[in-house]
Amino acid sequence: MVKKILDWISRCYMGLIIFFLYAPMIVLVVLSFNDSKSRVVWGGFTLNWYQKMFDSTQIMEALRTTFVLAFSSAGIATVIGVMAALGIHAMRQRNYNLTMIMTNIPMLNADIVTGIALMLWFVKFMPLSFMTVLLAHITFNIPYVILSVMPKIKQMNVSIYEAARDLGAGSVYAFVKIILPQLTGGILSGFLMALTMSMDDFVITYFTKGAGVNTLSTMIYGELRKGIKPEMYALSTLIFATVFVILLLTNYISGMKEKENEKKNRRSML
Amino acid sequence: MNDVILQLDSISKSFDGKMVIDNLDLEIKRNEFVTLLGPSGCGKSTTLRIIGGFAKPDTGRVLFNGKDITNLSPDKRNINTVFQKYSLFPHMTVEENIAFGLKLKHKSAQYIKDKIAYALKLVNMDHYGKRRPESLSGGQQQRVAIARAIVNEPDILLLDEPLGALDLKLRHSMQRELIKIKQEVGITFVYVTHDQEEALTMSDRIVVMNKGIIQQMGTSKSIYDEPQNAFVADFIGDSNIIDGVMVMDRLVEIQGTRIPCVDEGFGTNELVDVVIRPEDLKIVDAEKGYLKGMVVSIIFKGAYYEIKVRVQDYEWSIQSVNPATIGATVGLTILPENIQIMHKPLSVDAEVVKEDE
Repeated sequence: MVKKILDWISRCYMGLIIFFLYAPMIVLVVLSFNDSKSRVVWGGFTLNWYQKMFDSTQIMEALRTTFVLAFSSAGIATVIGVMAALGIHAMRQRNYNLTMIMTNIPMLNADIVTGIALMLWFVKFMPLSFMTVLLAHITFNIPYVILSVMPKIKQMNVSIYEAARDLGAGSVYAFVKIILPQLTGGILSGFLMALTMSMDDFVITYFTKGAGVNTLSTMIYGELRKGIKPEMYALSTLIFATVFVILLLTNYISGMKEKENEKKNRRSML
Repeated sequence: MNDVILQLDSISKSFDGKMVIDNLDLEIKRNEFVTLLGPSGCGKSTTLRIIGGFAKPDTGRVLFNGKDITNLSPDKRNINTVFQKYSLFPHMTVEENIAFGLKLKHKSAQYIKDKIAYALKLVNMDHYGKRRPESLSGGQQQRVAIARAIVNEPDILLLDEPLGALDLKLRHSMQRELIKIKQEVGITFVYVTHDQEEALTMSDRIVVMNKGIIQQMGTSKSIYDEPQNAFVADFIGDSNIIDGVMVMDRLVEIQGTRIPCVDEGFGTNELVDVVIRPEDLKIVDAEKGYLKGMVVSIIFKGAYYEIKVRVQDYEWSIQSVNPATIGATVGLTILPENIQIMHKPLSVDAEVVKEDE
């Protein structure tokens, strides 16, 4: 009896947490379909705001900038980050620790400090533009890539590289065929993390962007000063849905892979 | 044709100013099973890495069939390695692992298939071709690693403590299998280990190393029976090593007692190290032995008793099939030919270093 009550309480608690986590999102989604500019009155279902959103060149332009920025900065940061992680891993203990601390500090540093510092640095050399935002994003993305690749490198038995060389592989072939496959998981999650960080960022982008360059976050911020338009609800809903789908997909893929491996091993054991 | 397949010519190597290999010369003959034996940090693994091409010596040359290969990268040498930690490619099946080297050599699919089948059979892993390395035990992984190296038909196979991670029983059976494989494929083996029993069991020739210097080279029997210095005597098997004075040819004084031996040419009244194996000492009545002492401990070891007898300030270690009584006063006797006399080390490098240092 007591156990049943405890069980019930723990379920309620769990439900409550999930409710508070998702309720605001649900409100946002509902409002994006609301045929009324009011935030408290339900005026019927409409796709009007989505229509308006797609028609707005301003929003579309910002969306494009955001994606170009996110993919290119994440891509470049991944390449640099993987190389850096391999290099740092090969260091002696003392230098290793020092370098890891140095790469971790920018992640903990307040965005506003990083943003202002980068801006001051950039204006010394070049006009603020899309380029400067890209450089800023690459800069703050690199540590995330290093952080997610490093555990994979540590797990890896580095002598498999030597084994490949021993069996006749050149250095590039051994790296591509033997080392990279061990790191794929870390590289992918590093890339995705960098992607999210870039899309998510407002403060650093705000300080380093040139005139006329807008990502979704800086654009929405600019629009907010004029008052919230319901197109923004539609836009936010779409972003949320996209992230949600990507998340489901990655989980599904990694789940499939595990099952496949299990099956393979079981079959060969028979 | 020259019988020497590999020659190390005055190789030196240091890391951070610390000498790891000091002017090493070594010749390895075709089809020989050579073991580099020594405690950790003695330079044996570095020597192997230099042969494999993974490390470059600071000075000296590596000659392969008379050709200088010192600066040749590992993939250009017809030498393969079995690594300490197996180092199988985790994202490939056993078959793919074994095929890796052959594919790089652009062998035909049929050739590769036959080779895989042959190699798996050789290491007793016939039905494991489709498995992934992580689903195999340590011993099985090591077999695959051996198969992966052997299919390339190297001139020399390097083995870096390949059995180190296995349990004792598995180690013994793998030792027998390695000898069998060696006989079957007929290639030169260079084996690195710190396990003296492993070295004694398998090798045609043992190279005992310490502190980057070859201490002694020879067959298992010569190394065991006639260690040339205290380090070798202590490292190979159990030994009593004690200070002595060579009074004259064929007579040595130990703990104040003069005992006949068979060694000559040490001069007169020369300070020497005396080595006596525990199994060569006999316990007799107190008055009948050369030395007289008290039994301080006795441990049953299965095939024999390990008995410690204190004579003055030294505890002799004795292996005997008969037990003794603790506290009893006994005599110790030894045949002249079982006494091994060695010169005192001239340098600190030859000083006795404990195995677990």
